[in-house]
Amino acid sequence: MRASLETAPDIPNLKRVAIDPISRVEGHGKITLLLDDHNRVHQVRLHIVEFRGFEKFIQGRPYWEVPVMVQRLCGICPVSHHLAASKALDVIVGARHLTPAAEKLRRLMHYGQILQSHALHFYHLCTPDLLFGFDSDAARRNIVEIAAQHPETARKGVLIRKFGQEVIRHTAGKRIHGTGSVPGGVNKSLTAAERNELLAHIYDIVHWSREAVALVKELHAQQPALYNSFGAVRAKTMSLIGAGGQMDLYDGRLRARDENGALIFDGIDYAGYGSLIEEQVKPWSYMKFPYLKSFGAEDGWYRVGPLSRVQNCDVIPTPLAEIERREFVDYSGGAPSQAPLGYHWARMIEMLHAAETIKDLLHDEDVLGDALVTSGERAQEGVGVIEAPRGTLIHHYRVDENDLVTMCNLIVSTTHNNQAMNESVREVARRYLNGRDVTEGLLNHLEVAIRAFDPCLSCATHALGRMPLIVELLDPDGELVSSLQRD
Amino acid sequence: MSGSFKLDGREIPFRDGQTILQAAQDAGQDIPHLCYHPDFKPHGSCKVCSVRIDGRTAASCTTPARDGMQVDSNVPEVNEERRTLLQMLFVEGNHFCPSCEKSGACRLQATAYQVQMVSPHFDHFFPDRPVDASHPDYLLDTNRCILCSLCVRASRDVDGKNVFALSGRGIRTHLIVNAASGRLGDTDFSAGDKAAHVCPVGVILKKRVGFAVPIGQRPFDLAPAEE
Repeated sequence: MRASLETAPDIPNLKRVAIDPISRVEGHGKITLLLDDHNRVHQVRLHIVEFRGFEKFIQGRPYWEVPVMVQRLCGICPVSHHLAASKALDVIVGARHLTPAAEKLRRLMHYGQILQSHALHFYHLCTPDLLFGFDSDAARRNIVEIAAQHPETARKGVLIRKFGQEVIRHTAGKRIHGTGSVPGGVNKSLTAAERNELLAHIYDIVHWSREAVALVKELHAQQPALYNSFGAVRAKTMSLIGAGGQMDLYDGRLRARDENGALIFDGIDYAGYGSLIEEQVKPWSYMKFPYLKSFGAEDGWYRVGPLSRVQNCDVIPTPLAEIERREFVDYSGGAPSQAPLGYHWARMIEMLHAAETIKDLLHDEDVLGDALVTSGERAQEGVGVIEAPRGTLIHHYRVDENDLVTMCNLIVSTTHNNQAMNESVREVARRYLNGRDVTEGLLNHLEVAIRAFDPCLSCATHALGRMPLIVELLDPDGELVSSLQRD
Repeated sequence: MSGSFKLDGREIPFRDGQTILQAAQDAGQDIPHLCYHPDFKPHGSCKVCSVRIDGRTAASCTTPARDGMQVDSNVPEVNEERRTLLQMLFVEGNHFCPSCEKSGACRLQATAYQVQMVSPHFDHFFPDRPVDASHPDYLLDTNRCILCSLCVRASRDVDGKNVFALSGRGIRTHLIVNAASGRLGDTDFSAGDKAAHVCPVGVILKKRVGFAVPIGQRPFDLAPAEE
């Protein structure tokens, strides 16, 4: 049933309903539905309609420009691209092991990014749905109304995000689109004053992050049937895992599990991602569809991000977040949670982990160090992978002997989740919309499923090249007059 | 001859042989400029330093100071003309400040901030200018060239090499290097040359050190161009 909803069979007079644009997500996307006269759903697609081009125009540029340029993919999590590119270029400049100061300052920057992005997503973009209801008055479903009705929740959300941005500013030079990470290390450490400024607030941030986890748990407890089943589809999962099986969002090796939680692979050096993952192109979206090669295009799709990471690791190496991880895992009774709304719970656990990690790093003297850059034997190819707020982020570059980039391949978090998001949207459409009159509230259910993944749609459309395209000309009755297809 | 003139109402003293710009700088009052460099004979090509002298427009970098002259620089109509000149420079090349390693150390960018240029206004040309990275230590990114000719003058007058020249005419004027291949790596350009250190924008760049200076410590972060 779900798979059949990707492309409708040849049924005349289907009517088209479009949610365009999808709101409260980063970037531009739309959802289209094809319904028959009885409002039965025949086709559901999440389309990504914007078009970027980073993989192409980075070619011919000097490699040290890359971490600063590619972060412009996004204004919400530029640090993730900044660091993934830097990690790939560490390989190019032979910096196999960064100095302790550089490694910890990059981690600090990254966990500041996780903190602010997760806070932004949960509080600013999703609490309107979660606190007011999916089909509540559309005019009230926004952060302004949250601030009016739940002022303390809104205030803490804003301040958590602000703190994450300050961590980024002190490590990268700017809150958005800084330059702190360079191939082989970083260009600045913290001053004592900067560290003290952050330390003055971090304990509040940890406390408020715990409250955020409690809020999500309360929402699950209030409506367990909804939260456990809404948009749920069985999916494989993938993420980086630290050397000891712990959650590590900055570095690690690839681990994937099947729908039942059994290992597919583990401990894989991410430089070999190309032997594991293939990308499929479909003519109706600018976003590719990655899949695990060993399972094929049809069955190899998987899920990344907080819901995957919290369940994929063996332990979270900060105490408060680890307590929450165990409760999360126990809640599902040992089976993997497959419900998209579980993303919010997992995301808040990660936000707590990020706050705890920042606290620990701020107490580490290495972040004040001055040995910031290292280098070694030059290489011509490098892969950098990081766990961005939305999931696994892969950057891959080749650089010629004159220092110019000759190849760039990016597989971003949202792209990994493309099929999973489509499947969840179809599940929601089948369950909530099929055969019913379409209302704004019902359509928002589809957006709620998309938002749970926290997609970054502009990141996901970074490729440039010969894109598949269909142009259809319809007459006023919706009859196809002519079409043009480029595969 | 020495004396003083009035710049935006302020009395500026000058010594014999000084231009308006030199005298103003000595008095601690900058006039926005791009192609002027104190180590070289004024060129007067960019016109950004143009001022009104007793109602007449002239480049302050090439106009000798005269006793009693009335000079208007930081006035709306002059700054409007400067903004237009800068906007044309920005759209003629590919100036992507957000990812340019010269950001914070670029005189074009600093001058645009100085005269409060907030948009390019004109349609971009988007010229296709591949980076020349053939030299082992320096690269040449002519996407950002503003044709100030400082590298030409430095290579010719100080280094005695004539590595650089401006070729073509009018809108087709462009920077070339003295090699049959057209590549910097095939010239006798070297890291110790004056020409390697004089570019006011991000054209002639030392390799592998981009973004080493953090935001907040770059030259124009510390001392913004101010009028």
